[in-house]
Amino acid sequence: MPDSSYSPDKPQKRQGRYKPKGRQVDPARLRAVAELLQQQLRHSVLQRDCLIEYLHVLQDNIGYLAAADLAALAELMRLPMAEIWEVASFYDHFDLISEGETPPPPRTIRVCTSLSCLIQGSQTILEELQAMTSDQVRFVAAPCLGACDKAPAAADGHHLIPKARAEILKLTADTPEQAPALAGHIDFEAYCVAGGYQLVKALSAGTADKQALLAELEASALRGLGGAGFPTGQKWRIVADYDGPRYLAVNGDEGEPGTFKDRHYLSTDPHRMIEGVLIAAHLVGIKKAFIYVRDEYPEIIEMLRNELDKITMAKLDAHVEIELRRGAGAYICGEESAMIESIEGKRGLPRHRPPYVAETGLFGQPTLVNNIETLFWVRDILEQGAEWYNQQGKDGHPGFRTYSVSGRVKNPGLVFAAAGSTAEELIAACGGMVDGHQFKAYLPGGASGGILPSSKGNIPLDFGGKLAEEGCFVGSHAVVILSDHDNIWQAAQNLMQFFAHESCGQCTPCRSGTDKAAELMAAAHPDTDLLNELAATMADASICGLGQAAPNPLLSAMQHFPQDMVQGDIEQDERMTVKSKQPVKRA
Amino acid sequence: MDDVTPKSKTVTFMLDDKQVKAESNQTIWQAATARGTDIPHLCYKDGSGYRADGNCRACMVEIKGERVLAASCQRKVSEGMVVSTSSKRAQTARKMVMELLVADQPKRAKAPDPQSQLWAYAETQDITESRFARTTTPPHPDSSHPAIAVNMEACIQCNLCVRACREVQVNDVIGLAGRGADAHIIFDFDDEMGASTCVGCGECVQACPTGALMPKALLDETQKLAITPNRQIESVCPYCGVGCQLTFHIQDEKIVSVSGRDGPANHSRLCVKGRYGFDYIHNPERLQVPLIRRSDVPKSAGATFDPANPLTHFQEASWEEALDLAAAGFTKIKSADGPYALAGFGSAKGTNEEAYLVQKLVRSCFQTNNVDHCTRLCHASSVAALLENIGSGAVTASFSQCQHSDAIIVIGANPTVNHPVAATFIKNAAQRGAELFILDPRGQALDRYATASLRFTPGSDVALLNAMINTIITEQLYDAAYVESHTEGFSHLVKQTKAMTAEAMGPICGIKPEIIRDVARRFAAAEAGMIFWGMGVSQHTHGTDNARCLITLALLCGHVGREGAGLHPLRGQNNVQGASDAGLIPMFYPDYRPVTDKAVRTQYESVWSTQLDSQRGLTVVEIVNSAYERTIKGIYVMGENPVMSDPDQTHAKTAFARLDHLVVQDIFMTETAAYADVILPASAFPEKTGTVTNTDRRVQIGRIAVPLPGQARQDWWIITELARRMGQDWTYKHPRDVFAEMRLVMPSLTGITWDRLEAEDAVTYPCADESSSGQDIIFADSFPTESGRGRMTPAEVLPPDELPDARYPLVMSTGRLLEHWHTGSMTRRASVLDALEPAAEVHISPCDLEELQITPGQQVQVETRRGQIELAARIDPKLPKGMIFVPFCFSEAPANQLTNPALDPFGKIPELKFAAARLSAAE
Repeated sequence: MPDSSYSPDKPQKRQGRYKPKGRQVDPARLRAVAELLQQQLRHSVLQRDCLIEYLHVLQDNIGYLAAADLAALAELMRLPMAEIWEVASFYDHFDLISEGETPPPPRTIRVCTSLSCLIQGSQTILEELQAMTSDQVRFVAAPCLGACDKAPAAADGHHLIPKARAEILKLTADTPEQAPALAGHIDFEAYCVAGGYQLVKALSAGTADKQALLAELEASALRGLGGAGFPTGQKWRIVADYDGPRYLAVNGDEGEPGTFKDRHYLSTDPHRMIEGVLIAAHLVGIKKAFIYVRDEYPEIIEMLRNELDKITMAKLDAHVEIELRRGAGAYICGEESAMIESIEGKRGLPRHRPPYVAETGLFGQPTLVNNIETLFWVRDILEQGAEWYNQQGKDGHPGFRTYSVSGRVKNPGLVFAAAGSTAEELIAACGGMVDGHQFKAYLPGGASGGILPSSKGNIPLDFGGKLAEEGCFVGSHAVVILSDHDNIWQAAQNLMQFFAHESCGQCTPCRSGTDKAAELMAAAHPDTDLLNELAATMADASICGLGQAAPNPLLSAMQHFPQDMVQGDIEQDERMTVKSKQPVKRA
Repeated sequence: MDDVTPKSKTVTFMLDDKQVKAESNQTIWQAATARGTDIPHLCYKDGSGYRADGNCRACMVEIKGERVLAASCQRKVSEGMVVSTSSKRAQTARKMVMELLVADQPKRAKAPDPQSQLWAYAETQDITESRFARTTTPPHPDSSHPAIAVNMEACIQCNLCVRACREVQVNDVIGLAGRGADAHIIFDFDDEMGASTCVGCGECVQACPTGALMPKALLDETQKLAITPNRQIESVCPYCGVGCQLTFHIQDEKIVSVSGRDGPANHSRLCVKGRYGFDYIHNPERLQVPLIRRSDVPKSAGATFDPANPLTHFQEASWEEALDLAAAGFTKIKSADGPYALAGFGSAKGTNEEAYLVQKLVRSCFQTNNVDHCTRLCHASSVAALLENIGSGAVTASFSQCQHSDAIIVIGANPTVNHPVAATFIKNAAQRGAELFILDPRGQALDRYATASLRFTPGSDVALLNAMINTIITEQLYDAAYVESHTEGFSHLVKQTKAMTAEAMGPICGIKPEIIRDVARRFAAAEAGMIFWGMGVSQHTHGTDNARCLITLALLCGHVGREGAGLHPLRGQNNVQGASDAGLIPMFYPDYRPVTDKAVRTQYESVWSTQLDSQRGLTVVEIVNSAYERTIKGIYVMGENPVMSDPDQTHAKTAFARLDHLVVQDIFMTETAAYADVILPASAFPEKTGTVTNTDRRVQIGRIAVPLPGQARQDWWIITELARRMGQDWTYKHPRDVFAEMRLVMPSLTGITWDRLEAEDAVTYPCADESSSGQDIIFADSFPTESGRGRMTPAEVLPPDELPDARYPLVMSTGRLLEHWHTGSMTRRASVLDALEPAAEVHISPCDLEELQITPGQQVQVETRRGQIELAARIDPKLPKGMIFVPFCFSEAPANQLTNPALDPFGKIPELKFAAARLSAAE
């Protein structure tokens, strides 16, 4: 405690504050940040929900988020400094630099360390490259880049480098950064020539029967293809029945490891999804639609921006405002309510249910949330009829699906097939297993859908049904095939580390549970009793699907592959080494 | 708090196999707790303003038919729901959650608070150790804040502190950054707490369930709990007019910490002064023995004096000796020079009972009405305007009514600094969606939440307000029905304000006409509007005119007498309302009954068994002027410090030095006491029992928490003893006896008995009877004026008394700092507050600093026509160019050496907010 006795007549020698409390805003940075935002986004009055867009502008242009700039941004947005910092620090793609800290190198090369890339040796590549870190370039691990068919995947900044090898990445680091533009997609003109937007025009002209169309969608077996599988028509009806204003949030935050279908549909035929948005806006009565695309797909975002401009030029979106939003590197924002928070410019914390987002979603209003692929099929279903769609499935599995198949198959890629296809069929469709590999296990639904042994390779992969009885789910239809070269316990560890990294940190069972589970799993002799107990609480008591499903691969591995827990029992692929968790950065 | 949920209905559901009824807006936790089921909870705080967040998952319960468990703190009950709080699944999950949390905690024995809610609930679930290893790196303790110890090793990321800081008090410092296991609490940009924008309200400390945030004073150097209070006393905060109820925590007869109580004004909230500014009472400089002036040390205005060493000027005396001398001095002057040569200053810092006794002493023993107190320097002009136009000087609605307002004007007030807890409710209202308009030349913390901030030219208040009034009239936005049925003076107002268009006034007040019109339109269009004002309005030579404009504005829009509508001058001292009510003003007896009214006077003469004077007395500044003129020769000062608080200090010092007899009754050797003949050591607020009346008209009771130091005595006893020595037969044995007498002469205390206050802690007046709760909002139907109508009095645009010129180019304003109360006699002796604001500084805009080539921290001289002071420069971006601000709490650089004593003609309040000044680097 400082000297508290003061005397009025002694000359004042005490140290004062000389400024108001806390960090002061540098007027020069205030002007610079305001100008930058005005220049890049034409925002002179800053909007609260655009905070993440503003952070992108600073990160893109300056290379990092300097405390002085964030203080200026807080002042411009009339936000608490803590609110800016907590949002910025939530997303992987922002580098927060305090006064006196060294900014990151101008170049960042990311190497995917999620399962499909890990089994192709990405960890070894990353370690080799990290030794070359300089003041010009850094190499960092990244969660799934949505290019599992081109494993191991890497990114220069956020631009994809498929089938990355250490030599290629070294070369990349030595050449100027490029921003490859997307080419070869069906653009607005081509899409219209092929009959696109006729339905939207009919709806705008009032010549199409909205109720009939909504009924048709309800009759179809189209379900949420982001992973939850909720019947799409029913969802549209529910949202339409709530009082407006209503919002649409399009989930393009494809981040489930093993999934790359949305990247495909967006980058080849974007207007089919956009037409889905415009139809939804008509049928549900949407005031504004946000298309949230993950930051890992910059060329898609660029292309979408151009194509959306054409829609506006053609006055097809007179009935709904469409705004494109960039994610910033957070898997959890694929969870619909977390995505809504992120669109509002906040940390991507999933919300409690009830209330459901259909009733209380974006800005507290009824909100329709649909995945990219779900919207992609709307036009075709409404033009060709529910029956056309429904009959394309297997018995008891109406409709068709886009399976993202990766791992130990000869030709990894998308398999467009009937709903209810099996892993065995998908392997066959991908040209069979890689030579020298035997089918051992598979992930039926990305990181959280569990792991099944090859003996269960003939289970129909669809929502619910037999797969659910096995404690697994198909989710986004991301199927990762593992072989006898793979240790399933280590695969499960990789997945648990992924969840620990991606947990939003909101609730104890997930924040601490994923972390403790990953730690326990790394032990030479894991305490399976404790892991089982922990898994039960994570599943029962986590707020959202991430924490609830995070134990799935762990439980599968304990159930089906207990022998893999003891290391060295089987021949291992030496490339698949799982590093134990990095200590938490913060001291 | 505002209830935004739809209307609640009663639902029946199953709770642990029993059928129970609850309200549909209740949570499972609330319904279970009401039935005695204690469900563990950590991130949930059962208190007003705290949103359930459901993140810790310590309160999980099982609901039949649901796939996963639910957080009982967050889930509302519904019809037919079947809830089990005790199922194995729920219990297992809750226990596992605790085990996960405990894993990353320090061992209980080494925890900052081994009795924390976390450890208490761990214990009830038999958890002492965790089977999980620690996986996070424990952060270092952060001891940077003078009041709050930060030990984030004990943090469980429950974010209660974030909600405390951002949603309850809205001080907006704390956040939860990072993700996953890296999620961590931050101050601003992950700064140390002491380097952050933290205002030290301690709401986070009060909310923290783990001991990660603790009052520093309770911990030892190893960050462990070292002091456990053994006694609690419920009382009221001694600082501002908000009237926060609090609990003093006491160990070994010393107050060791303070917590907020759920009082009607504060709902458990406190500010830095109320929570951490209590140790002044234990300061060694407390007056503990009566002192009388040494005959060898004459009084002189320029004398230097060290309050820590009073014996250079005074000698110790017995109480008998001191009281005899004090009384004899007054008696002598009275008989030699007559009653008008005497005066008394009471205090808005004392209790109602003390205020009543002081005015009774002056009126019945001195036999003059020369009695006043510092309200003269705060809101005299507001009270004058209110009495003149609506017949009552008090607020028409409590500040918490702003929770129902659609539009709120805050003018000439800086509530986050001066009424911090009231400010939190204004911020809550703005967050809820009320439009907030800040009208002030200086920027302030509320600007962040404002729909618009109008930084008008200092002194141009009347121009701005008239332009708003003109807009509302010419655009026909006023409430015609209300104006017709409840007001008078409209046609005169229309005529007088006709020329004062926004376009004409805009250039005078420096605000664009379209902005003035926009704010006027929005305020007029609001369903319910409220106006808050402070001394930026009142402390001007046109202070009464300012307040008249505000009253007119509210009447014009019909924003009086309804939920969420009203006029609220934010009262300064903890008992400024009560001291005025009790008659501590020269023109009124208790309850504002004029001393010039014969019938009234006769009534008081009979109750007090004495002869009373029929002349209005002099006000504070007039009394000091009379002392300067040597027409007043003896003054009794109880708990005030006019040498520091009155304008033109050199003049005031001379005046006090010229007195024949000065008696000062106080707890510290104040700057005024230095001129005393007799000094009577008195009681600090936590040492006494008595009532105080807050800005909302709430009468609240404070209770003795700790004993008096040394020979210090209760103030009511001292006043009584003086009266007895001047011939009055006072027989009070306890403040309750005084209160009982006050009820005889004060109709405003109808329904408010001492017993009731002891039982209920607070009752608002007017209050119909002892079973009524008191009226939060008054004047719904009529006003206590002759016509029953509210009057709209136009005001002319007049410049401040002393305009800047080439010699004195700057405008100097004065006021308070968050940490320092009034003249600083208490707060500068409170160690935490003193550490937070240790030194005298003049606040200067960045442009002026640059122009004058002065760097922050440099010593500068501030000079006005009345004097000059030397102090350090502080950069303050919230000040406009050309304006400086000097806090008046620093005796080493007294702002009131510089202020202008020019008075408002009606309220007799000096223009403390505007003086022409110049600034230069110190030699």
